[in-house]
This record gives sequence, C-alpha cells and structure tokens, in this order.
Amino acid sequence: MTLGDRTETPLAIKGVLKIENGTQLTAAGKSAQPICLLLQDGLIVAEGQQAAEANADLVLDARGCLVAPGLIDLYCNLREPGAGQKGNIASETRAAAKGGYTTVCAAPDSSPINDSSAVTHLIRDVASARSPIRVLPLGAATRGLEGELLSDMAGLSNAGCVALSNGAETIRNARVLRRAMAYAQTFGYTLMLQPRNQSLAADGFAHDGTVTARLGLLGIPEVAETTAVMEMLLLAEETGVRLHLSQLSTARSVDMVADAQARGVKVSADVAMHQLVFTEAALAGFDSRFHVQPPLRSERDRQGLLAGVRSGVIGAIVSQHQPHDSAAKRAPFGATEPGLSAVESVLSLGLSLVGQGELAITDLVRALTDGPAAILGLPTPALAVGQVADLCIVDPEASWTADAVTILSAGKHVPLSGQPLTGVVRHTICNGQLAWSLS
Amino acid sequence: MTAHDPSSTSLQLTSDGQLKHFLTLDDLDRALLTDILDTADSFIEVGERTIKNVPLLRGRTVVNLFFESSTRTRSTFELAAKRLSADVLNLDISTSATSKGESLSDTLLNLEAMASDMFVVRHSQSGAPHFIAESVTPGVAIINAGDGRHAHPTQAMLDMLTIRQHKSRFEGLKVAIVGDILHSRVARSQIRALNTLGVAEVRVIAPATLLPSDVESLGCKVEYDMTRGLDDLDVVIMLRLQRERMEGALLPSEREFYRLYGLSTEKLALARPDCIVMHPGPINRGVEIESAVADGPQSVILNQVTNGIAIRMAVMSMAMSGQVSERARARSQEMGS
Repeated sequence: MTLGDRTETPLAIKGVLKIENGTQLTAAGKSAQPICLLLQDGLIVAEGQQAAEANADLVLDARGCLVAPGLIDLYCNLREPGAGQKGNIASETRAAAKGGYTTVCAAPDSSPINDSSAVTHLIRDVASARSPIRVLPLGAATRGLEGELLSDMAGLSNAGCVALSNGAETIRNARVLRRAMAYAQTFGYTLMLQPRNQSLAADGFAHDGTVTARLGLLGIPEVAETTAVMEMLLLAEETGVRLHLSQLSTARSVDMVADAQARGVKVSADVAMHQLVFTEAALAGFDSRFHVQPPLRSERDRQGLLAGVRSGVIGAIVSQHQPHDSAAKRAPFGATEPGLSAVESVLSLGLSLVGQGELAITDLVRALTDGPAAILGLPTPALAVGQVADLCIVDPEASWTADAVTILSAGKHVPLSGQPLTGVVRHTICNGQLAWSLS
Repeated sequence: MTAHDPSSTSLQLTSDGQLKHFLTLDDLDRALLTDILDTADSFIEVGERTIKNVPLLRGRTVVNLFFESSTRTRSTFELAAKRLSADVLNLDISTSATSKGESLSDTLLNLEAMASDMFVVRHSQSGAPHFIAESVTPGVAIINAGDGRHAHPTQAMLDMLTIRQHKSRFEGLKVAIVGDILHSRVARSQIRALNTLGVAEVRVIAPATLLPSDVESLGCKVEYDMTRGLDDLDVVIMLRLQRERMEGALLPSEREFYRLYGLSTEKLALARPDCIVMHPGPINRGVEIESAVADGPQSVILNQVTNGIAIRMAVMSMAMSGQVSERARARSQEMGS
C-alpha cells in the first residue's frame, strides 16, 4: 500500500497503524516530546514507549507535523440530496477530509429539506457508503425551514439528527420561535439558529457601512443580527432550551451572548472562519466570492469575534461551507448566491490568524475540536488510549495554493485562491482509517 | 488582515494610466478627471458646427445595453456615439433576453459574438459593469451608464463640466446635494468627483431615512436642515424623488418633503446670489423643486443635458483609445517574446 493514493473511500487499513515523531496538539497545548500512537480497530490502542516498540502494518512518519484530534464542523453544506451541480456528499466530505475534518454536521437545507426521518436516513445511507468521514445530519427545526410549523423533532432525532437547525432561514414569528424552543427543550434537543431579523435584513446582502455607502450595495444593518440575538436569548432564558447561535457576525452579539452565559442561559455560539479573517473591505471590486450570509462586517466586529473565540464565549469556529457551481457566482454581486467554498481552507486561515498573533493555536484547536464536540454533546476529543482514532496530521509550515485543480470541492470559489496558504493536512484518519492522504 | 483588493483602478485603467473602461470615479485622479473635462470642452465646439461628426470611432460598433429603461441617458449616449461616427446598436434588454431567463453572462457572450467594440451598460445591480468588464474579451470597452445605487460617472462628469463652465474653478466652492442620497448613484459619483476636483465643501441635505449609513465616509457633511444647508452655497444639486419612497416608510408624504427639502424661490435666496441650481433630471416639479426655480435664471438644468453629449463623447473616445493602445502593447509584447 502506498500513501500516495487519493482515496474516494476510506482506505481500508488491515491491522495496525502507527503514527510516530509528530508533535501532539490539542486544546491543552503542544506536547514537549514527539509522540507515538498505535491505532487498531478504530481506536487508539497504545501510546508512548509501548506504541513505539509495537509492530505495525503501516507507519506514518509525522516528523515536523502536528498531530491533532480530527476537526469537527458544526455547519457544512453537502448539497445532497438535491443540488448535484453544486456538490454531493462524496465530493464535499472528501474535501472536508482534506481540510482535516473527521466529523461534519450536514446543514438541513438540502432539497428535499431534511425535515423528515426519510431524508435523514438517505443522508446517512449515502454518507456511510461514500463519505470517508463522519456525517452528522442536522434536522430542520421547522417544516420546510419555513418557520411556521414544527418539524417532527423526535422523529428526526431518532433517525440520527444530532441537533435541530433552521439552516440559513429565520423563524420570523416570535410565537413559533418560542414554541420551537419549548418543544426542543422538552426532549433536551439543541436548537441551532442563525440570528437574523428578516424585516431589518430585507433584501440586503452586504454589511450596512462604509463599503455599502460607497458601492451602493443593499445593506444589512448590524441590528438585523443583534435584535434577533436579544430576542432569542430572552426566549431561551424563559424556555430553558439549549440554544446555539450559528455564525455570529457582530461584536455586539458576542457581548450579549457573554452576558447571557454569565447569568446561566444555556447558550453557545459559533462563528464562520471567514468572519475572523475578512471584513467588508473584501467586497471592494464587487468580489462575489465574499457575498456571504451573514455579511462580512467591520474590523471592529472582526476584533470582537476574535475576542469571543479567545474568551470561549464563541465555542466553535465553523466552515459554513457552501459549494456552488460557477454560474451561481458569475453575475453582478447582488445577483449571486451567498457562500464560500471553505472547508479546505479553514485550517490554513486559522493558522494565518495564529501566525499574526490574533489567536493562540490552542484557541484555534479548541474551537475546531473540543468546542464543537461539547456543543454537540460528544465526548471531548483526545489522543489517548481507548479513544476513537479520529485525528489529523498537519504540516504547519508547508504551503499550498488553492485553485481549481487543488480544490477537491465542487465549489471553486475559495477565499484567497491563487495566493499561497500555509498549513497542509498530510493525513486525516477517521475511525482508524485513512480518510485523506496527501499525494 | 483582509482579502486582496482587486481595485477598480487596474480594471478601468491601462498599465500607463489611460482610461480603458469607464466604470466608477473612485480611484480616478484629478488629472484624469480634468482631462475628461478638457476633452469634453473640445467636443462642445463640434456640437456647434453644422456637420457635427468627427471620425474617432469610425468603423467601431457601440452597443447600448440598457437593462433598465432610460430615455435621456440612452439617447445622449446614442448621439455621442453617432457624432464620433460609430455604428450604434440599441438593445433594450429589460424587455428581451433576460426576461426569457438568459443569464447576463450568456447575453454578453452572444453580443460579443457580434464583434462589438464597446458596451454602454445600464443595470439595476450595483457592480454589473465591473462584472461585465471582468468577463468580456480584452479589447472591448465598458462604459457605465448607471448601475444600481453605485455609480453614474458620466452624469457626475457632465455635472462637473457644467459647474466648471459657470464657476470656472472648483477650489473654494461649497456644493450641496439635496434629497434622496440613499438610492442615488448620481450622488455617490458626484460626491467623489467634487472631492477629487478639490471643492471646499460637499454637503448632503436630507432626512436620515434618505442617507446611507456612514455617508460621511464618502467625503461630505450631513445637514438635516435646508436653511442651514443652503447658507453661503455656490452650487445646489437637487435629486429626483421617486414616488415609491413613501411606500417604503422612508418619508411620510410628498407634501412634507417639499415643505422641508423642496427648493423654492425663498429657500434659494438663502444661498449665495450667484448659486447655480442643478438637477440630473427628470425633474418632479413641486416635489423636489419649484417650477419658478427650475426655469429661473439660476437654473442650469438644460446646460447639463447639452454637456451630457460632450462628456459621453469624451469618455467613449478616451476608453476606445486606451483599449487600442493596450492591445497594441499586448501585440508587441507577444511578438517580442
């Protein structure tokens, strides 16, 4: 067996896999000494001296690399079922594996929408046949994501949905929102919502600020998010639901979430990696790649979001991966579809923040592993004996360039394409199997 | 850290700084704007001759690509192209291809197949001419005839020409733009041009509902009160108020708007006695401007229309010449390599 194979499906490893000479990196920090791990039957079975002395069928030399728990994405659009021209479970999970992910939550806004157990089963069946990594479906919180009728939350949960989400859609009616929270709370389900007051966001598609003033793009004011966050926090406090706010974009939201957490509201939050790296300035020249929802906001917001990640108020960084066919992005800015093809560049963008001193590497790893695991109620990822062997091996110094050839996702609209990015995932191992190996 | 900035400068200028498209006034310097005004001045003389044509675009095909309807802008572009001896094709896309579901890029591919040399584009989406300029075949010039709320650079330049004719300078001038700034591509381009050309002060006068967020970042002062705003003014530019602004709850009524922000003879008296009154048209008499002011001695509204032809001749000929020299440069580089 060679390691050069770019695999469509998990590369079946018979027997024992050994990883040696790497530096362990977890949310707790880097190991002082090179580590050695022995993997068998999907588990880490030995470490240290014991692992080093054991025989293995395959040895991965991780010299110069970081060995970290596999990344976990709380929000990833896999485009299957329904949007084959934009991607499918096989293409997008393979791209995610290349990005270092071993677990991705599949956004509910497929077509048909994942608001019934039949769709959940379909996603899980396709994933088990074609995905090299774990796919955890998110069920739709309301039927058709229309924000009017509750979905069969218990049925979705029994079928394997790990949380309920209303995707990129809003629940406009506060009474429905309150009832969705109360119902989800009854069964202890996590409700994931992207906070947006649609009447304030209206037809906008860019941050209402200096760039929209100049470019004349329709703006989405900051209050479109903050008023929704405030409403959701108050309703969550009253209903006692476990609320997760998806893809925050403003500094004010972070402050409000911090206050709510301090007074004991069960609320967590995430932010998309691109919100930590880019601002409204990226829209200069009408670059439609940066048409994202919620929009890229001001530098002050970016700083507030970074501070939220550092303090842990924002528990997770998500890819908010939204692959598109090229036609969806080939139009005047306002006529394009929102979203970046992000899953392959999240780690490199995160490492660039580390390189610039904006984020500690432990904060980055925590927000990509422990944080999302805690939000989903999964065990804390650890590289220790008896744990599931989900990990990635990353060369933090190597560089690569994102372009139509190197990007595996069907969506080629990647931030910073054509420019050198630092941080290359050499191997991703999911459940003890090679999900990705760099050729 | 932010993304790379594919600024419009590289998109609309050749490597030696000539115009090759005309998309926005952002990033065009004072020398270039002055060059456009001077070139337009030379074309005004052409318009006064019996034979009004010059052969600068002879053999070239100019396509007027209007995705939004327009009478004045389209007809002045058509006249400008004809006076430059170009062949002109008018396409009113709002009623044809795109309504059949064809995408903008596909429409363009079809038009390019007709070997056009220049597209004059009006589109309801901000940034549409940028998008077209990025995707057309090299050598085809794109002229922005108004995109969404973003820019209307030929309108702003004809306004600058009108100001220069009447004031003979920009230094020291105090200029106010009154009315619906929020939805106005004209205002955005005017504010830019006035700042670049070095006026003393640009004021925008409107209620907060008709001003974009962070409007001061464009280079202007906000004034809610018309009386204060008109004080010591050299130029007042009135903007057209669309009726639908009442429906969007931006304004209570036309009557209240006229009372507070309409330009009446009494209010105009608060400005300097030689203050000129401008309006990009079409005017709503009794909504943003009193008839006596629109037709009065301080009004230069009809001069603006005349200047529109000269400005459009200037930017069309300059952009075409930029494209020709860039293509020549590319060809000589190919032969050299």
